[in-house]
Amino acid sequence: MTTVTEHHQVSPQPDALATTVVTSWKAPIAFAVFTLAALALAVFAPREGDTTYRLNASDKDAIIIANISVPAMPALWVVVVLLLLATAFSVWLVTQKRRVPLWLIVVFAIVFLFGFLTWAGAGAMLPMINLLYGSLSLAVPLIFGALTGVIGERVGVINIGIEGQLLAGAFTSAVTASVVMSSTGSMGLALLAGVIGAMIAGALVGMVLAAFAIKYFVDQVIVGVVLNVLVTGLTSFFFSQVLAPNAAVLNSPPRFPRLPIPFLSEIPIIGPVLFRQTLIVYLMYLAVIVVFIGLFKTRWGLRLRAVGEHPQAADTVGINVNRTRFWNVALAGTIAGLGGTFFTIGSGIAFNKEMTAGAGFIALAAVIFGGWDPIRATLAALLFGFASNLQNTLSVIGSPVPSEFMLMLPYLVTIIAVAGLVGKVRGPAAAGKPYIKS
Amino acid sequence: MSEPQPKTSTTPRDTTTVPAQAPEPSRWHQTFQKITTGNALISVLSVLLALVVGAIMIAFTDEDVQKAAGYFFARPGDTFAAIWQSVSGAYSALFQGSIYNFRRDSFAAGIKPLTETLTFATPLIAGGLGVGLAFRVGMFNIGGRGQMLIAASVAGWLAFGFELPWGLHMLVALVGGLLGGALWGGIAGLLKAKTGAHEVIVTIMLNFVAFYLVSWLLRTPGLLQAPGSSNPKTPPMKDTAIFWNLKEYGYNLHLGFVIVVAATVLVWWILSRSSLGFRFRAVGENPNAARVAGINVPSIYVYAMLISGALLGLAGVNQVLGTVTTGFTAGIDAGVGFDAITVALLGRSTPWGIFAAGLLFGAFKAGGYSMQAAEGVPVDIVLVVQSLIVLFIAAPPLVRTIFRLPDPSRGPKRPRPIVTKEVTAK
Amino acid sequence: MKLELRGITKRFGSLVANDHIDLTVEAGEIHCLLGENGAGKSTLMNVLYGLYQADEGEILLDDVVQHFSGPGDAMAAGIGMVHQHFMLIPVFTVAENVMLGNEATKGGIFLDLNAARAKVREISRRFGFDVDPDALVDELPVGVQQRVEIIKALSRDARVLVFDEPTAVLTPQETDELMQIMRQLRDAGTSIVFITHKLREVREVADRITVIRLGKVVGEASPTASNTELASLMVGRAVELTVHKNPPQLGDEALVVEGLTVVDHIGQLVVNDVSFEVRKGEILAIAGVQGNGQTELTEALVGLQPRVRGSIRLNGEELTTASVQRILDEGVGFVPEDRNEDGLVGAFTIAENLMLDRSAGAPFVKAGTIQRGTLAEFAREKVKEFDVRTQGIDEQVRQLSGGNAQKVVLARELSRELSLLVAAQPTRGVDVGSIEFIHKRIVETRDSGVPVVVVSTELDEVVALADRIMVMYRGRVVGIVPGTTPRDVLGLMMAGEQPEGAAA
Repeated sequence: MTTVTEHHQVSPQPDALATTVVTSWKAPIAFAVFTLAALALAVFAPREGDTTYRLNASDKDAIIIANISVPAMPALWVVVVLLLLATAFSVWLVTQKRRVPLWLIVVFAIVFLFGFLTWAGAGAMLPMINLLYGSLSLAVPLIFGALTGVIGERVGVINIGIEGQLLAGAFTSAVTASVVMSSTGSMGLALLAGVIGAMIAGALVGMVLAAFAIKYFVDQVIVGVVLNVLVTGLTSFFFSQVLAPNAAVLNSPPRFPRLPIPFLSEIPIIGPVLFRQTLIVYLMYLAVIVVFIGLFKTRWGLRLRAVGEHPQAADTVGINVNRTRFWNVALAGTIAGLGGTFFTIGSGIAFNKEMTAGAGFIALAAVIFGGWDPIRATLAALLFGFASNLQNTLSVIGSPVPSEFMLMLPYLVTIIAVAGLVGKVRGPAAAGKPYIKS
Repeated sequence: MSEPQPKTSTTPRDTTTVPAQAPEPSRWHQTFQKITTGNALISVLSVLLALVVGAIMIAFTDEDVQKAAGYFFARPGDTFAAIWQSVSGAYSALFQGSIYNFRRDSFAAGIKPLTETLTFATPLIAGGLGVGLAFRVGMFNIGGRGQMLIAASVAGWLAFGFELPWGLHMLVALVGGLLGGALWGGIAGLLKAKTGAHEVIVTIMLNFVAFYLVSWLLRTPGLLQAPGSSNPKTPPMKDTAIFWNLKEYGYNLHLGFVIVVAATVLVWWILSRSSLGFRFRAVGENPNAARVAGINVPSIYVYAMLISGALLGLAGVNQVLGTVTTGFTAGIDAGVGFDAITVALLGRSTPWGIFAAGLLFGAFKAGGYSMQAAEGVPVDIVLVVQSLIVLFIAAPPLVRTIFRLPDPSRGPKRPRPIVTKEVTAK
Repeated sequence: MKLELRGITKRFGSLVANDHIDLTVEAGEIHCLLGENGAGKSTLMNVLYGLYQADEGEILLDDVVQHFSGPGDAMAAGIGMVHQHFMLIPVFTVAENVMLGNEATKGGIFLDLNAARAKVREISRRFGFDVDPDALVDELPVGVQQRVEIIKALSRDARVLVFDEPTAVLTPQETDELMQIMRQLRDAGTSIVFITHKLREVREVADRITVIRLGKVVGEASPTASNTELASLMVGRAVELTVHKNPPQLGDEALVVEGLTVVDHIGQLVVNDVSFEVRKGEILAIAGVQGNGQTELTEALVGLQPRVRGSIRLNGEELTTASVQRILDEGVGFVPEDRNEDGLVGAFTIAENLMLDRSAGAPFVKAGTIQRGTLAEFAREKVKEFDVRTQGIDEQVRQLSGGNAQKVVLARELSRELSLLVAAQPTRGVDVGSIEFIHKRIVETRDSGVPVVVVSTELDEVVALADRIMVMYRGRVVGIVPGTTPRDVLGLMMAGEQPEGAAA
């Protein structure tokens, strides 16, 4: 191969291809839409009065922060101007072939939200602590569910059955806690039994999903959908047939008490929101941290992600792909089961038919919105919790927006997110694909 | 380049080195193989298995059985008698509520349950066709509920809010409803085509959006709410718009069933005879090859979701113009949107399979309510039985293991995965 | 370590992939396993590596019988493998990939990435690799990815190292470097199994050669054997590597491509300012190592690439931004590189696949309805004409062998009135008999006055078919040279080096 001696390199840098920039107009378009919405509120639906933000949980707080009042319309107009500027900036960025940075999107969202809140709360007082506290509470099952979804997809199994797992957890925790409560009279024991029962129930549903998806190669989305129907049918059947006639013994769950954490709970704003919660919520904090560290810093997570990205490669280094998938889907099921306890023993409510009301599907949306990342999925779930609770709060102070439209919001946001913003984020490569060896 | 890798488990035999024709096994042997290993037997056995599980649940929760089990070792016969009582009672109520009621004197009255079955089956078949058609294009339409709600609202609004001549009114309401469903389904198709948004997520979300939207319409005076009422409910449909029916003979069956039969024929024609259906199937099986062959894959997604939405819309229209003509609420979909998924799966996404599956599940629904009324067995058991049927059917090896049937796949022949492929983004 | 395989048999259904194969590899030798595509080499190695379980036979290491129930066992016994399709997780770093399955941990739970990095650096130093442990594998060139595979195997103390078709994705230079690494490893006492179907490489590096065909060992050869000897052993008869073709009858310029640039989704210029023209009755072969922009170029020609700049004209018609359908209507026939992924619908019948790109109208569709009679008649005719070995026109295409499936694609594309034929890797994964047939049909098409563009990574095919050869490297055209250009010059051009005197 040495007959030709005189030659030169065509490309000075053989390892890198020349690149150009692919621009996306998605963010500027989304910005423009929201800016127009804010403008429309200001022009077509102006409101009178000041909006008062209340930042204390109660007057007995150790540190009292004064309420903040803003005149609604001037504030809204300032917001509109800010949004316009942000939109223009994003347009300029894209014409300069640059990306719209994440911080701008976050700032835009916060400014828009402030504008909307100020407009909606005109002439009234917004209890911010209650709003945030309630948001966190409503987000609890969503976060547990989203963590389940994240683990499942990261290991390569799409889990549409989160709803069923939450429902199974809610049912089992109510029944076990009620039974233990009425037979031993110990609330602590009853709650513990409820939690364990819920985790087992969630894991069982996960195992069925895993078994059908892994052993029988049934499409994972289909198994998930069918499992939701199955769990709905089972819990409703047993509710009507067994629980309803014996409600005193079988369906009178005790409730997790609030446990304010000393010192932390006295911090202004953060304290009453984050640290005057029940044990379930503290378990949720723990679960988020453990799943995050587990996925990205431990051997368990490395292997799990390898299986979800490139199962064959994992197989060739001696990792049993199907066993890894099965047990992790089961493990993830315990988390969703735990989330199910929120509906019954977490809130002191008796089990009722289909009481999870679509929370599992919102959790699924949070998984995708959060880009398969436990922290970001948690944030997405918090956002959904906020939207739901905002509707509650606004309906109390007399909202100008029909409550149905507020309730619609998380779903619309998810559609926009799936269609627009996260379109580029890539999920685990092998999610949804069965691993078939010879 | 193409030696067997662990993932692609089969390398088809190079036919240049073997005789093209293998000796044919005997006809009888083939037939036997087909029956014992084929889909039909698996389907029947799946239904049977699910019914057995249902029977266990009924027996297990029956109070007489529990009582008798308390002294099982003293008189075991009592327990078995009680089990027989509860299960046979429930299932005979199921039969008498769905096929033929022997306690009626005349045939006309006795056959009424069967017409109830057909009535319940009507929206299930329509919805199943919609979900099944989307399956064939490689898409999973979980948005049946939203599409039905929008279609029902549009059809209902046209049916109670306008004065039109008899016949024409019904047609307008029907077409309006179909367009509403098509539109709602089309959104998901359009978003998938334009942005790659996954239709499973979008349709789930659109279900909730439609639900809240319709709830708002229903409680807002001047929109869908009945005048002078504070309930979130519409006024009754005008007689000119209601589907022709057999109410005067005491049956609830209506024109919807005939329309659904026609829809089944139409979907069959689309999928197996038309050029559009050819492209649907090509995209469903291999979107990349379809794209290379000049098929505009994104527009196929949109067309498929439009048609799928229209079929689910037909299910919604059936509800308001045929089944519940006295005005409807936001619960008008009656879970049909989700049942349609199980119907499509049970029918293996073929039009006539879906038709048969719709009849079966219609029978379960009709019988389930009479079982609840007669025997006090909650109708929810029907959900359990339905979902178990689908799970069993989706996993033939499981059924074969339970019944110890021979395994047909001497070669690696797996059931066709229904929803798997996406066009690789470029 | 000495490796011995005794009587290994592996069946897939009725197909016997390995039939009582015996193989002995001594410590410190490079043993070549030579065979055609589909001869059963990879299956054998997957058995050795524990990915498949042999139906019969045993594996011995230093005369001790081994039982591998999975790759973990094989690795523990000292067997490492550099896979043909790299077994690396694209979104992991080099260090993470190297440690996967063999993780150094702190407290048995937390990953010790520093230990992994140190190991990568240590092995890199030993063999003179330049690999950054924190680089994402996805962003590394294929040559470096292969080194990561080697590091991965060595980090587990592999003493038998299997290279499965390692040169398919490498430039000639990278291939030379790999051979050097193999010799270095051998001298350090590692036993090496080198699987390939490329004769030149075998003769260059092998200490011993075992040839397998149709799942059986057909003989041993020494590295001094001639190409022809090895080839006839491998294929089972004297092979003719050239195609008979007459000098081209050149017509007008038909396809004119000017300044064509294709940008991928992350902004890389995968095809960079490419210009060429093809005349009627001429075959232009595009040569190059896999992944240098040929795929994207052919896709751009048929309208499958969304971000295209420059101009593509066919007989004066501007087709740069035309839809695929419009380009097909202009008479462009296309044989895609990956027929299973892009060319055929596996679940469709042969007949249905034959109408795949004519589903819009005549002759197979009238008034929106498929003309089943017309289609069946057409399909039977084509199956006969193209000698597709099948049970019938209603057989699913996924049941066909590679060669027969490719004939279906070719039959479909050649049965239209063509103004251009674009064939990418037309004989990849195709048996020898079908290769001859397909080459003959391509040459016939050119002789009928149609301009033809053939893309191939196999130099043999390029040389056999081409009237002119265009070589691509990193998205650019290195040069367009006559079909008679010597292989060594082409080889250098494929590495991006432009010989003096060759017009760019």
